[in-house]
Amino acid sequence: MTREEISQALVEIISDIVPDEDWASFDAEESLRGKLESMDFLDVVMELRKQYGVEVPEADYGALETLKSSIDYLEPKLKKA
Amino acid sequence: MSKSDRERIVITGIGLTAPNGNNLTEYRANLLASVSGVKSYSTRYFGDTVAGLCDFDALRYQSRKAKRVGTRAGSIAIYCVHEALADAKIEPDALDKARSGVFIGITEHGNVETENEIYEISKFDYQTKYWSHHHNPRTVANNPAGEVTINLGITGPHFTLGAACAAGNLGLVTGAQQLLLGEVDLALAGGVSESTGTFGIFAAFNSQNALAKHETPEKASRPFDAARNGIVVSEGGAIYVLERLDSALKRGAHIYAELAGWAYNSDATDTVLPNSQRQGECMSMAIQRAGLQPQDIHLVNTHATGTPAGDARECEALRQVFAGCPHTYFTNTKSFIGHCMGAAGALELAGNLPSFQDMLVHHTINVDNLDPACQLPNLLLDKPRKLERLDAILNNSFGMLGINCVTVVKRYA
Repeated sequence: MTREEISQALVEIISDIVPDEDWASFDAEESLRGKLESMDFLDVVMELRKQYGVEVPEADYGALETLKSSIDYLEPKLKKA
Repeated sequence: MSKSDRERIVITGIGLTAPNGNNLTEYRANLLASVSGVKSYSTRYFGDTVAGLCDFDALRYQSRKAKRVGTRAGSIAIYCVHEALADAKIEPDALDKARSGVFIGITEHGNVETENEIYEISKFDYQTKYWSHHHNPRTVANNPAGEVTINLGITGPHFTLGAACAAGNLGLVTGAQQLLLGEVDLALAGGVSESTGTFGIFAAFNSQNALAKHETPEKASRPFDAARNGIVVSEGGAIYVLERLDSALKRGAHIYAELAGWAYNSDATDTVLPNSQRQGECMSMAIQRAGLQPQDIHLVNTHATGTPAGDARECEALRQVFAGCPHTYFTNTKSFIGHCMGAAGALELAGNLPSFQDMLVHHTINVDNLDPACQLPNLLLDKPRKLERLDAILNNSFGMLGINCVTVVKRYA
């Protein structure tokens, strides 16, 4: 997957998890913590597992701080996806 | 000895969703107009059947995220609570959150959510790492009441009461008791059901030969009819605003009725077959505690679900308790909406409360040939009836494992 595809996939996942927010215009470098509660964050991890077969170990949760850092983290994992 | 206003519990608001109405006005109009809420339905694994489903707008009072994370029972409860508060003319922001409590009866909870998760992981070779972290908060037994407290910011107590199909009445009773104990100043009490979401309940009733079947869905729920063949599973909810009379009078509330008496007991005989004697004892106890005699009850809303054995046994109990009561009438709401399980008692009572004002009582539909075992004097069939006198209603609800809960409401005077 390209960075653009990963970005699109992430926004789709997060939009389903927190549907009341406007994610289309969300700043890719803004922290997701203010928008995602802990259970929402686990939903993101679960959906990455279900939809893309990606495992995000607990030790790596910090890498999903922003959309940009998430893409950086996921890019090598989804290279062949 | 007469009770003080602080010892009297009154109903000042009703919020509901039923298979044939999403508020009391719509629901009652459909009961009086013989409109059934039972329709064709198909559910996972089980296939085609009939059921009573509600079409209320869950997003009226919930965010999309809260609806996704929560349960159907939670959404039903939240909708009903908001509607009840609006009916009672209490703004949610004006609610004393620490002195309010939520008491909701359920027949079962967790089956829907557990079945959904098992179905979900079946797509992943049953690997449990795909099991949702939402499963526990969705399935804890306090879920629907707890979702209400989160939605409204209520910090007083919340219970979800497991009482099989007596739960709606027990929710009401518990709310009244919490008011009398002084634990709360306002109780949001009643019952909810999300049971149509679990294939297991349909399959289990079917295996028990107790699931209703009929080529015309609207005619499938037929308590007292000779050809009745079981229960129509339905979802729904009814939540009441209960207050002590002194509080209600102080704020000038409209009072629907007084919750004057109640009783609950256990059959201690069988897991599914009811016990007429215990049911009769429960009714008699509730009447006595309301300070009444059987002849003072002018309307009985029966529990009858449409099972051959259950209906006959309740009628046996009714004939004994109300022998020599020529002014007592009997009706049945499940014939319209099916069995709303944990909501049933509260929902069925709600449809009769406006009768204190207009004296009109809805009838029982789908009785083409009355079963002789279900003969009752003054059983209301065919069409609504305008009663000459209606001062007290007795509302029956009975459930599996032999749990009985009966409420008596009186015209407020």
